[in-house]
Amino acid sequence: MKISLLRIQAIVTKELLQLSRDRMTFAMVIMIPLVQLLLFAFAINTNVRNIPVGVVDHSQTSLSRVLQQTVSATGIITFTHSYHSVKAAQKAIDSNEVRAVLIIPKDVSQRLVRHPSVGFGLPPSSKQETSRPIAQWLVDGSDTVIAGSIKSLRNMPLVELLDKPANRNTPTFEVTLLYNPEQRSVVNIVPGLVAVILTMTMIMFTSAAIVREQERGNMEMLITTPLAPIELMIGKIFPYIFIGAIQVSIILGLGYWLFDVPFNGGLTQLAIATLLFICASLVLGLVISTIAKNQLQSMQMTIFILLPSILLSGFMFPYEGMPQPAQYIAEALPATHFIRLIRGVVLRDVAVIEMNFDMLWLITFTCFGLLVAALRFKKTLD
Amino acid sequence: MILTTRAAANNTTYHRDLAINAKKLCRNFGQLAAISNLDLTVEKQTIYGFLGPNGSGKTTAIRLLTGLLKPTSGQINVLGCHLPQEANKLRLQIGYMTQKFSLYDDLTVKENLQFISKIYGLTANEQKSRLSELLSTHQLSQQSQQLADSMSGGQKQRLALAAAVIHKPKLLFLDEPTSAVDPQNRREFWEQLFDLCDQGTTILVSTHYMDEAERCHKLAILENGVKRADDTPQALMNNMAAQVVEIAASDLRYIKDKLIQLPLVISAAQLGTHLRVLVNKAERDPVGLLQRQSCIRPTDQLAIVRPSLEDVFVSCTGQGGAR
Repeated sequence: MKISLLRIQAIVTKELLQLSRDRMTFAMVIMIPLVQLLLFAFAINTNVRNIPVGVVDHSQTSLSRVLQQTVSATGIITFTHSYHSVKAAQKAIDSNEVRAVLIIPKDVSQRLVRHPSVGFGLPPSSKQETSRPIAQWLVDGSDTVIAGSIKSLRNMPLVELLDKPANRNTPTFEVTLLYNPEQRSVVNIVPGLVAVILTMTMIMFTSAAIVREQERGNMEMLITTPLAPIELMIGKIFPYIFIGAIQVSIILGLGYWLFDVPFNGGLTQLAIATLLFICASLVLGLVISTIAKNQLQSMQMTIFILLPSILLSGFMFPYEGMPQPAQYIAEALPATHFIRLIRGVVLRDVAVIEMNFDMLWLITFTCFGLLVAALRFKKTLD
Repeated sequence: MILTTRAAANNTTYHRDLAINAKKLCRNFGQLAAISNLDLTVEKQTIYGFLGPNGSGKTTAIRLLTGLLKPTSGQINVLGCHLPQEANKLRLQIGYMTQKFSLYDDLTVKENLQFISKIYGLTANEQKSRLSELLSTHQLSQQSQQLADSMSGGQKQRLALAAAVIHKPKLLFLDEPTSAVDPQNRREFWEQLFDLCDQGTTILVSTHYMDEAERCHKLAILENGVKRADDTPQALMNNMAAQVVEIAASDLRYIKDKLIQLPLVISAAQLGTHLRVLVNKAERDPVGLLQRQSCIRPTDQLAIVRPSLEDVFVSCTGQGGAR
């Protein structure tokens, strides 16, 4: 049977009418990107600041107090509690009252003058041998990000403490940070968020769309008509391409106005990358809809895809840091390829065609998925 | 074989022509035989009924005849199309009204009909005239802007029928069309069906209502996927393999329990103040047989009455059919 544009148009019109009546879904189309962007952009921050910590000050001198002030001036930690003994401090860490405790020993001033970092140049070797750390950090190491932040304090300069000129060290390497010199996490997160939100909404909408027809009994009527499976599939996913485009503009627009996420690439490149990914996600939703028996099942399968898309795609953790098997899984997910594409386009102004592996992969995924969905759909008739 | 049936369907014309011709039709679902050895001939421009209890294979039979299900074995020829190979060709010529309301609840009457007409490829002009025609014949003009969800059972059913005939099918399948509507709506619905039939449509309808079955030109009684009887309702009643005796007595429940144990009694059912007893035709004098029973008192009144379609149904199916 020939593919009829009229029948596809009939399905598209019907979908749009139904969508316009379903106010909740319509609201979610706008609210999901809006709320999630605000949430994630504010919440996800790998530069940890203001970690609540305690202090055990055995020395109780003005020097120890100045030391506390210098450390707290870094902004990484905030002293919230003070304890009498190390034991009490450990208890406070156990009960999650503070994440770490700074223990200042009695002889802090002697330790300080022997310390190489205080700015007298290299001390004589006799003193070097006797030099010891000034104070000790006791850290709840279970959260690696927090532990890492406090570990970064290990070599903090203490020049202000003694009002001496800095002990200038020439760094081994010069580092130039491209694309995100201020090291703000939002710059990396907002483009990635496009992938996560599109994965969620696109797969969810389409996977539910066909299952709903089955649940409500409409499918029994549709299969007696001349409507071909491929026409139904195309008609079903077509309206969601626009919805996807609306969501992308919300996320990138707000990212630009609210969070100063630079937008370096061309709109055409962005449109190409986004369209490829929307199609891949919609087709994935279609495949799910041919497997799921009801809307609950389709929802569960959407989450099954969504979680690895958030955790393995490079949205939260760098792809390079994952073990090989996880990288294989990540390669299979459309979100991984799209995150590479959109970060390339938005942040580095790369043309999609230059990242042809990711582009081709999305195209192949879409075609293959459409084939699988159409074949599987035919089977469900009997 | 295939060629000859198709040739027969094409050569013969006029109302003797067959809309449906199925031979030795079988369909199994795993171990279960949903339809076994069904022979079926439906003449054009008639209303043909499938009468049977729930699970008797009515819906499966309709799905086989519409090409939605593939038969396990047997031959089907519908409107000259050989099924299941030519199912796609048949789609444009048949209409199917499902058991459950299967249009869109969140679309209006008009939007539903517009959708279906586009699916059947009606042009914009055809669509306009056909829609207003359908809305008036099915008394839906008032509701055309109403959401299908908010309509009554009768209105929904009229909408479903309008949608099923939008492309003027030659053959219309109705699967228990009136199970959710009141008797008044059922009457009007059947008037519509006779109008359609008069205009040349062949209709195949499944039902478990006796009064509905009685309206059909011809009837097949199905049980457990097997055709038990097949004729006009009148002929079925005349040729029934049992006689009906009505008993008017005081202790009907007790009499029923006693009589049902007799080998020649097929069934006994109470209808108000009477007991309706079906006696096998092998018994020449059913009244005499019953009167000889100890549970019947001399004062009780016994009379042979005209059989109803329900009697035919009972004598063909269940225990009666097995005996």
